[in-house]
Amino acid sequence: MTSLATKPGISLSRIAIYTVLILAVLLYLVPLVVMLLTSFKTPEDISTGNLLSWPTVVSGIGWVKAWATVNGYFWNSIKITVPAVLISTAIGALNGYVLSMWRFRGSQLFFGLLLFGCFLPFQTVLLPASFTLGKMGLASTTTGLVFVHVVYGLAFTTLFFRNYYVSIPDALVKAARLDGAGFFTIFRMIILPMSTPIIMVCLIWQFTQIWNDFLFGVVFSSGDSQPITVALNNLVNTSTGAKEYNVDMAAAMIAGLPTLLVYVVAGKYFVRGLTAGAVKG
Amino acid sequence: MATLELRNVNKTYGVGLPDTLKNIELSIKDGEFLILVGPSGCGKSTLMNCIAGLETITGGAIMIGDQDVSGMSPKDRDIAMVFQSYALYPTMSVRENIEFGLKIRKMPQSAIDEEVARVAKLLQIEHLLNRKPGQLSGGQQQRVAMGRALARRPKIYLFDEPLSNLDAKLRVEMRTEMKLMHQRLKTTTVYVTHDQIEAMTLGDKVAVMKDGIIQQFGTPKEIYTNPANLFVASFIGSPPMNFIPLRLQRKDGRLVALLDSGQARCELPLGMQDAGLEDREVILGMRPEQIVLAGSEPNGLPTIRAEVQVTEPTGPDTLVFVSLNDTKVCCRLAPDVAPQAGETMTLQCDPQKVLLFDAQTGERLGMAGQTQAEGRAPNVAQFKGR
Amino acid sequence: MSSVAVFSKASPFDALQRWLPKLVLAPSMFIVLVGFYGYILWTFLLSFTNSTFLPTYKWVGLAQYARLFDNDRWWVASKNLAVFGGMFIGITLVIGVLLAVFLDQRIRREGFIRTIYLYPMALSMIVTGTAWKWLLNPGMGLDKLLRDWGWEGFRLDWLIDPDRVVYCLVIAAVWQASGFIMAMFLAGLRGVDQSIIRAAQIDGASMPSIYWKVVLPSLRPVFFSAVMILAHIAIKSFDLVAAMTAGGPGYSSDLPAMFMYSFTFSRGQMGMGSASAILMLGAILAIIVPYLYSELRTKRHD
Repeated sequence: MTSLATKPGISLSRIAIYTVLILAVLLYLVPLVVMLLTSFKTPEDISTGNLLSWPTVVSGIGWVKAWATVNGYFWNSIKITVPAVLISTAIGALNGYVLSMWRFRGSQLFFGLLLFGCFLPFQTVLLPASFTLGKMGLASTTTGLVFVHVVYGLAFTTLFFRNYYVSIPDALVKAARLDGAGFFTIFRMIILPMSTPIIMVCLIWQFTQIWNDFLFGVVFSSGDSQPITVALNNLVNTSTGAKEYNVDMAAAMIAGLPTLLVYVVAGKYFVRGLTAGAVKG
Repeated sequence: MATLELRNVNKTYGVGLPDTLKNIELSIKDGEFLILVGPSGCGKSTLMNCIAGLETITGGAIMIGDQDVSGMSPKDRDIAMVFQSYALYPTMSVRENIEFGLKIRKMPQSAIDEEVARVAKLLQIEHLLNRKPGQLSGGQQQRVAMGRALARRPKIYLFDEPLSNLDAKLRVEMRTEMKLMHQRLKTTTVYVTHDQIEAMTLGDKVAVMKDGIIQQFGTPKEIYTNPANLFVASFIGSPPMNFIPLRLQRKDGRLVALLDSGQARCELPLGMQDAGLEDREVILGMRPEQIVLAGSEPNGLPTIRAEVQVTEPTGPDTLVFVSLNDTKVCCRLAPDVAPQAGETMTLQCDPQKVLLFDAQTGERLGMAGQTQAEGRAPNVAQFKGR
Repeated sequence: MSSVAVFSKASPFDALQRWLPKLVLAPSMFIVLVGFYGYILWTFLLSFTNSTFLPTYKWVGLAQYARLFDNDRWWVASKNLAVFGGMFIGITLVIGVLLAVFLDQRIRREGFIRTIYLYPMALSMIVTGTAWKWLLNPGMGLDKLLRDWGWEGFRLDWLIDPDRVVYCLVIAAVWQASGFIMAMFLAGLRGVDQSIIRAAQIDGASMPSIYWKVVLPSLRPVFFSAVMILAHIAIKSFDLVAAMTAGGPGYSSDLPAMFMYSFTFSRGQMGMGSASAILMLGAILAIIVPYLYSELRTKRHD
């Protein structure tokens, strides 16, 4: 609804609106700016200056130290996130396809159960999941984390695809069946080519969720298999010796840059994912 | 090409749910054009889906040619379908759309190319072959959908309201084209529509459906002139048949229907003289074109004077509304007749052409329930009320 | 018509095709039944046992729940959740709606501004928590900045103040989530029927009152969705606490999710931890079930 302001010229109310909006922009940006600034300062600068003071010497030492500490965990995150994103998206797509176009008795019930599962507080499954991982020999491995992320990402990915596919007319599937195509042929040649927008949404949403996850990381991994979020938290919250805020901030930036970059590049898909998740069922 | 026969086909969606299709019986010969027509929810689309194999039937059999296909999957029935929404594959070009079914059947590419060329020429879509469906107009999409069906050379063609999404002018054009194509190709076709004009103009045989039951099955002419019940009579024909409820009386030893226009009365001596009909509550059916202006010369047909209430000049006719027996009655008169509201006209009609329906059941009295498939027991539908 | 009907059997390919959808869904169904509902049941059962470091299946009835009730830290955590949740939801809604309404006024560079508001959602709560922990650092963070800018004697030590540390959590959480709420409401605003607004304008209403009396009330479904999602985020909040305060000072900023982790994995109190997890589930159900119920009810009336 963009037509309330009939006179988009300079009026007092418009000035007020712009002021508020710009103020908000600054407020949203401040933490990021501060993180960046701090990461490029030396510890002396940090203790003498303040949050927004420009570094007397722009120093990359924070970054060097941070990278040295967390780079292994960075790669762990990649080893966990990439497979988990791809697998959960693929399964979600197939599930969504079945639930929207090949409904059978019980499939609606399953969808309801799945939908409910989206609201699950993961605390209720942590213990049994860690027992199971242990039994499978996957405790404290990146593979185990991939597994967990796939299992608990299924609900969302299936939801995304199912809601998207529901809007595809089933006359299309009927026509393909009459043409002689079977289940997988229809998926491969007709549905999948039409799925690019939702695949993007799903990939980006899952990437953000899994990369940013902390709970599963801290419960199901230890030592060498930890993702970067856990490593960051360990770094920042262990108080041995003097706190090196530049290192902390640099590490935080390292942890946050991938998802931030994805957001900047493909933001509109991210937004669609958010609003698709919000408009449930 | 093949014959199609439906034997006692039934369908329910679940135990305890009402039947969607009840005792459907019909058959058409090789090359015939069958129309399934009826209001929304009458089951015609469901029946079509059952013929295609997209839905299962719970009772009876569907025969294509000599084969019982009731248990077969859609792709084995050798059927092609054109959908109301055309259902073209949006990410494929027109050519790929037409080729799709042929490729699945593993036809050699050279044969496929020949088919595509043949069909494209027939439907005049050669220039569209490399475009995607999103770049086509409604009429062009419809042709491509037909092309996809034609390329398969199936035993039976199914059309599910293919013209409904077109605008009125295009619809009339395509209707004629479809008829021409059928004359040329002589394909066995089943065509679903809710438009009774399409039913009348396109079909060799028409099945009128309501509530999952075939109300009447016959040629368009039979359905028009000899409707089996009130529903069929009211559904087919535009403007619709006039229905006048009245009670039959016996006058001078003959059964007559008494018409009263408020200004005058007349008696219609009826062809049927069955004694059981005396004093019976019936509904008289007269098509608007059966009520004509009385000529200056008396010709033995009963006449009545009536006051004109409304006139609607449509161009090719004038529709004049009068009141008979407190019922609004439409008369189709010549275009140059232009009475004013309030004028009195003298009208007449031929009582031999008038139809009688039982007021309770809606059944046609006299020649009840005409043709069903080949001499099987007629399927006279119950029509409660009006 | 020939009287001999040839019956064709469905090919084995057809039988496979009929089963294929079910086969494809089966693994996921299995996973959901076991990994979601099965595990919940397991946790539920554990909450009635004596488990400490390892699961033991000795039935103790509601003893663990009783222990929770007697546990001061659990009460603090629950109270914190109420305060945190209430403030978080309320403030985020207000800010989100306000920003959405303002952005709806045909602003130049609206896309750019929206991108800025939303970027925090792309960050992990750990990153957010780390950043705000630094920003709210007593002595070196915001307070030092404001002192350097001229506000003498300004102190901001909420982070180490047991009574006020929850507010720090609220600030960080609001910063992260308000952009999302803004996006939701902006989408909702854009879907509002123009003619209603024009009618109100003709009736002489002013812009703010049109929004307040006509537009926002019509966005009730969006409000409900937003509240549900925010409540869900609040109840699950673990990362933020871990990064910003680790539940401290002491356990004054503890939240149920942190409590559960701590007691289950660090303190070897699986029984109590499971009980706390089940209570968290109960809290979520208490919100969803009425919401879903009212959704279904209104759909039936339609």
